[in-house]
Amino acid sequence: MSEPVLALEGLTVTFGSARGTARVVDGVDWAVHPGQTLAVVGESGSGKSMTVLSATGLAPRGAKVTGTVRLLGEELTAMSDADRRRARGRHIGFVYQDPMTSLNPVMTVGRQVSEACEEHLGMSKQEGRKRAVELLGLVGIPSPEERVDNYPHQFSGGMRQRVVIAMALANEPEVLIADEATTALDVTTQAQILELVAGLQERLGTAVVWITHDLGVVAGIADRVVVMYGGRIIEQGKVDDLFADPAHPYTQALLAARPQPGVRADRLLTIAGTPPLPTELPPGCAFWPRCPVRGDARCEHEEPPLVEVAPGHEVRSFYRADPAVTEERSA
Amino acid sequence: MTTTGSTESTATDVVARVTDLRVHFPVGRGSVVHAVDGVSLDVRRGETLGLVGESGSGKSTTGLALLRLVHVTSGTVEVAGQDVTTWSRRQVKPLRRRVAMVFQDPSASLDPRLTIGASIAEPLAVHGLRGSKAERRERVGELLDLVGLRPDMADRHPHEMSGGQRQRVGIARALAGEPDLLVLDEPIASLDLSVQAQIMNLLRRLQEELGLTYLFISHDLAAVEHMSDRVAVMYLGRIVETGTPEQIYRNPAHPYTAALLSAVPTADPARERERRRITLHGDIPSPVDPPSGCRFRTRCPAARPDCAEKDPDLYQVEEGHRAACLYKVEAVREMRAGADRATG
Amino acid sequence: MSVTEPNAEHAGPAPTPHVSERGRVWAALRRNKPALAGLFILAVLVVAGALGPLLAPYGINEVDADHLFQGPSRDHPFGTDDAGRDVFSRVLVAARVSLLVGLVSVGIALLVGVTIGLVAGYYRGVVDNVLMRCMDVLFAFPVLLLAVAIVAVLGRGLVTAMVAIGVVYTPIFARVTRASVLSVREQVFVTAAVSTGASDWRIMRRHVLPNIAAPLIVQTSLSLAFAILSEAALSFLGLGIQPPQPSWGRMLYDGRGYVQDAWWMGLFPGLAIFLVVLAFNIVGDALRDVLDPRQLTKDEARRTA
Repeated sequence: MSEPVLALEGLTVTFGSARGTARVVDGVDWAVHPGQTLAVVGESGSGKSMTVLSATGLAPRGAKVTGTVRLLGEELTAMSDADRRRARGRHIGFVYQDPMTSLNPVMTVGRQVSEACEEHLGMSKQEGRKRAVELLGLVGIPSPEERVDNYPHQFSGGMRQRVVIAMALANEPEVLIADEATTALDVTTQAQILELVAGLQERLGTAVVWITHDLGVVAGIADRVVVMYGGRIIEQGKVDDLFADPAHPYTQALLAARPQPGVRADRLLTIAGTPPLPTELPPGCAFWPRCPVRGDARCEHEEPPLVEVAPGHEVRSFYRADPAVTEERSA
Repeated sequence: MTTTGSTESTATDVVARVTDLRVHFPVGRGSVVHAVDGVSLDVRRGETLGLVGESGSGKSTTGLALLRLVHVTSGTVEVAGQDVTTWSRRQVKPLRRRVAMVFQDPSASLDPRLTIGASIAEPLAVHGLRGSKAERRERVGELLDLVGLRPDMADRHPHEMSGGQRQRVGIARALAGEPDLLVLDEPIASLDLSVQAQIMNLLRRLQEELGLTYLFISHDLAAVEHMSDRVAVMYLGRIVETGTPEQIYRNPAHPYTAALLSAVPTADPARERERRRITLHGDIPSPVDPPSGCRFRTRCPAARPDCAEKDPDLYQVEEGHRAACLYKVEAVREMRAGADRATG
Repeated sequence: MSVTEPNAEHAGPAPTPHVSERGRVWAALRRNKPALAGLFILAVLVVAGALGPLLAPYGINEVDADHLFQGPSRDHPFGTDDAGRDVFSRVLVAARVSLLVGLVSVGIALLVGVTIGLVAGYYRGVVDNVLMRCMDVLFAFPVLLLAVAIVAVLGRGLVTAMVAIGVVYTPIFARVTRASVLSVREQVFVTAAVSTGASDWRIMRRHVLPNIAAPLIVQTSLSLAFAILSEAALSFLGLGIQPPQPSWGRMLYDGRGYVQDAWWMGLFPGLAIFLVVLAFNIVGDALRDVLDPRQLTKDEARRTA
């Protein structure tokens, strides 16, 4: 396989607070290759967003980040702040959940798109504007020559997210990072955006890191999936393997918690309790207090290792969770 | 406008009925938002009616109208056989005991300054249901237990609880006045996935135990299918299709429903790959100036010229299944064929 | 995995331990050194106001013709004035008047202003327009001019001063209240209360008022400072407290002719005004920081995914 575009090794993010240290991200490894989509899945507090923010040098103040991050083979973590900012601006595009927070309300969308081209690609104002029109057309905004002079509030939610994607693509980045990019959108609009990104990825060969809580979206777009819980990776694998044969009790439970189309079960399977706060992580396996299986005596006080259960399919567990056993225990 | 319910439903088993409801909001400079624009539906005792639609469809406003929480422009709202559309402020008070509401974001819908016990006791105090403080406290304990919380949590404040626990409190408050109908406005939308299932199970259990009637408003099609006995699909202030979940999800008769269903991703990579998606173009038009004729025609892949002229009524597809499309099932069939051509 | 038991949430993680709002505010104030100093000065003011006449070494009108214009000494720490009266005793006793005027006038402003602001903000529309335009008119007058006008109508004296200052500060409270009410009434929990059938009065009392308490507490603290200053100004102009009752403003006025010969006559009452006003301002600012609504939600950590 080709060199990864973005690779994380042992990424750990901690926050010191009066009540002790919070490990928000704990030893995360993953890599994304050109043209591929890596989905990072998790609930609130799982550390899925913090992983990517910290890896790209966007961690909030007070965060202590350790581990290695390589962008196109270069070690991002070893760079000076200015170099890292430049590398990030040049090679990574970001799309966040709420397009309104990524857009400046008092600037035309054209200016916002072209500014990135001018700054990182050294284009002139005229070239930047031309490029902006081109990009707005690329992301499917009708009559981009006119819309380029509009302000963000003149666009609908879905169109705004397209503008943000155009901004993210302005520098022809090697990686596109989408953090819950379709969560705030309606399903029909979400379908449009997903289709758009898939099409762009095919044409431009961009690697995509898609952070989401929506397993349906993941199933549709991902090549590989990383499932996070309590700041750690608890399972990762190829999308087909992971959905066909989820190995961690948490992954299994997540998949079972959604109502299945066409199946009107009387009761949904659920996981008791709520996801833990990073400050309140239990010792041992982070999922242990909510785990319906608890298949090993060590779960309570020892963190299970990531073990390979099939080629390229890893799970953080002392035992190989067997769905049949799981069903039986919960009955 | 025809009502969505089958004609044999009598007054007694209908808890709430809305007839040709219109709710228009002025938004300055003479513009008017047609939030709800001719909706008729009835909610029958003991059932869950799912109201599904995207943002701007008017589904939440329809729910608010049942409690008279929005100004009704025209049409009627009936609750327990009584026309409440023009009731005075004083008369509305007992209505709000009969119909209670659960809101989307439980951290916003609970007063941060009050203990959750005080929040739950509010309907009791407002309607003078349990005279003494001690009686009310006892009832709060019962309600907490009913929704799966420990009665001693009554003294906590909302910020000391998780999102799921807070939503349980919201449900307990709604149940306090023993309402006939619960309007659940996106009750699971702001919760974590693993907690959503807990809340759906809780709502199901409460319905069985207490014989409750629900209007379940959601944009989440899978959740609506799971929860509802009947479903109404809304688009731009109108109901475009109504029927049982089986009818709607297996055999959608309105192009919008079909497109909506085809847009929902499922957690199955193999199915996702071979999915024939009917991609709608453009966005939902502004409710300030809805399209003439059929409201969906501007995005409908099967639209024909006369869709702009005639505003389609709901026609009967089969018993209990109605849809508002001039070209009936033909339109959906045509769309599907189009999607097949595109993928094949 | 288990089907949700009715008690599923019982197994959830231990919730954050209960910390009362009052405890949190107090803990934060204790860490703020200037605020502590301010609170100390205010405590001294309250003690002086309550027990002034008992603590004063001399009577406030004890004239001593043998000791006119005496500088600060062991017998008279703040010296004596042009009638040989003990300045320290007079400053001490005048604290009560200042405190009383401050409390009563701000009390009037609070009561009337909050009521007007609450009604205007809650009902909006015409009611809001009429009430707030009245407040604007009141607000447009220069503070002292308005007070002077009221004194002119009601005559001079303690009660007039209180009413005048109260009227002057009413629009400020009305505005602060209205602005806060406008944002609180858009909150979902207010809609939720309406949906239970609660009356307007109940919603205003139980849901709106407690949720706008923070800005009102801050405003009260700041207004107390300005009210005391206004009282001093009115008394300085001879429109407030009438002699021989001591008041800081009046003493300052009396001392102005003797700045060169008997500086202590003006310095000590002036210092008293300065310290009290400063203390109320510091405490008000500290409260503003502590009561910041953004600090009230500990659950924000939960939302950062």
